[in-house]
Amino acid sequence: MIELTDVSKVYPGGVTALDSVNLTIPDGEIHGIVGRSGAGKSTLIRCLTGLDPATSGSISVDGVDLGQARGAALMKARRSIGMVFQHHNLLDSRTAEKNISHPLEIAGVPAKERKRRVEELLELVGLTDRRRNHPSQLSGGQRQRVGIARALAAEPRVLLCDEPTSALDSGTTRQILELIRRLRDRLGITVIIITHEMSVVREICDSVSLLSEGRIERSGALLDVIQDTGSPLSKELISLPPTAALRPGDTLVEALMAESSQLADVGQLFSLLSSQGLDARVEAGTIETIQGRQVGRLHIKPTTRAEAEQIAAVLRDHGIHAELTTGAEVEAERAAHEEDDARAEQQEENQ
Amino acid sequence: MSITASGLAAATPLASGRFLDNPVFHNQLPDAVLETIFMTAATAVIVAIFGLPLGILLHNLGPKGLSPNSPVYRVVSLVVDIGRSIPFIVLMISLIPFTRFMVGTALGWQAAVVPLSIGAIPFFARLVENALREVSSGKVEAVKMMGASSGHIMRQVQVREGLPGIVGGFTVTVVALISYTAMAGAIGGGGLGALAYNYGYQRYQGDTMLACVILLVIIVAVVQWVGDRVARGIDHR
Ligand SMILES: Nc1ncnc2c1ncn2[C@@H]1O[C@H](COP(=O)(O)OP(=O)(O)OP(=O)(O)O)[C@@H](O)[C@H]1O
Ligand SMILES: [Mg+2]
Repeated sequence: MIELTDVSKVYPGGVTALDSVNLTIPDGEIHGIVGRSGAGKSTLIRCLTGLDPATSGSISVDGVDLGQARGAALMKARRSIGMVFQHHNLLDSRTAEKNISHPLEIAGVPAKERKRRVEELLELVGLTDRRRNHPSQLSGGQRQRVGIARALAAEPRVLLCDEPTSALDSGTTRQILELIRRLRDRLGITVIIITHEMSVVREICDSVSLLSEGRIERSGALLDVIQDTGSPLSKELISLPPTAALRPGDTLVEALMAESSQLADVGQLFSLLSSQGLDARVEAGTIETIQGRQVGRLHIKPTTRAEAEQIAAVLRDHGIHAELTTGAEVEAERAAHEEDDARAEQQEENQ
Repeated sequence: MSITASGLAAATPLASGRFLDNPVFHNQLPDAVLETIFMTAATAVIVAIFGLPLGILLHNLGPKGLSPNSPVYRVVSLVVDIGRSIPFIVLMISLIPFTRFMVGTALGWQAAVVPLSIGAIPFFARLVENALREVSSGKVEAVKMMGASSGHIMRQVQVREGLPGIVGGFTVTVVALISYTAMAGAIGGGGLGALAYNYGYQRYQGDTMLACVILLVIIVAVVQWVGDRVARGIDHR
């Protein structure tokens, strides 16, 4: 179990990177942390590992505060944590296989056993034919995969990943996520994944936190967070494509269906609506599979505001979240989002 | 360089008819070459043995090290800088009593090794510190997270990853050493420096001077070549 209570981190120089963070992650859970660049995501992991002790508050990873632990106790606690870094941090002097076996050497695993495990891990990340290459001879995605294999080598109880898949294509990303999930299912490890890709959260996370300027804005089980329809996090997790023909004055009904059965009923609902003389047109829609459940968001465009109220009422009667919004609001949200993305990119370049 | 210039200008070897047919070439030159090589090699070994740990110590006491301690760092740093800033000739003369105590004499190439080492150790230590600073902190953190001891991190991360830089620094140190052996030679240390000074300069033998210069250039070139080859061989960046 990972527990943070009132954790704050102020860097020398006065930057408050974390501001009274409270977070509990039970054993065997995969927790996603999302947030804009500079929100404090990496800092949170650094505090957890004691690489950069928190300024105040208490932290416990399986009962140990790594920010307080020293010497042998700290070394021992760290051996049960696997970490995938934002910038792989492999040793250039070591080949792929030697990088992977490094944690095993430190843990004192005998050579024969090391060889077997490295073999397995190379297979797992699909790099068996690259085993004798140094990091400089590997592509960005291959390096990241070596980093992941290295983090898993010592069979940690806790896996901390800082943007593990940001350098990978979607196919490899899926494989890696699948791998992490399998490990969790088999060994019950606890996982934290920092990511800016909502698809990663949708695909693998049981719970998610949104970090913003060092504060946890929203945290909870994935489906709960999604069903909090008005929240920005919900809108990002199940996001709608931009619609071209939207005027600021247009009234829209935004509907969220979090049950597969509701989604199946949608067709019927629309015939019901039109039988009541309500002309409802779907302006935009998204359906995602979350934890095996289909979740969808629709923008429905009625002709008048009164009709919009009626449509929303009918939808709510059927247990579907529905609320009114306007073209202007949708546009403003999209613009804010784009601005954020542009800023994130800018920061990335500055680094 | 004024020594070389005046030595060459003053010589009239062709007129005397003994250019390149100088008994010094047979009698003293081979020994002088060997002395220079021994002096350099012995000093290089001592510098490696003491300079590397001193460099590691400096780096790890420093702000980016494993256990930063700024008062101790400042003291060690000051000692190193004092060692580096004393002109070699002054260092050599002032160390004569210490040299006598260590080697029993202040003359000969064995004696020259003492001041040469003491001059070069701080120099090399600084270069080691620089090389270790180039190793990214992310690599150190990654291995820390494996639960590694500080000793393991120093050996397997700092030194191993910084090795191309350390080898480069060592090559620079040895090349500098060779030029210092010549200076040491001039005041009783033997080797090519002594030969160049005693015969090339004081006896106006331009050919001896030329031979010494060429041999020193060759030795430096060989050292540089070997150093570059080794550095390239271990650099996987
Ligand atoms: N060593 C440091 N010293 C001072 N300030 C720092 C330090 N490391 C990070 N910060 C600051 O703390 C804030 C949070 O940084 P952090 O690296 O945690 O962001 P992040 O959420 O991981 O961003 P990204 O998505 O770009 O990786 C930023 O404002 C950053 O400038
Ligand atoms: Mg980060």
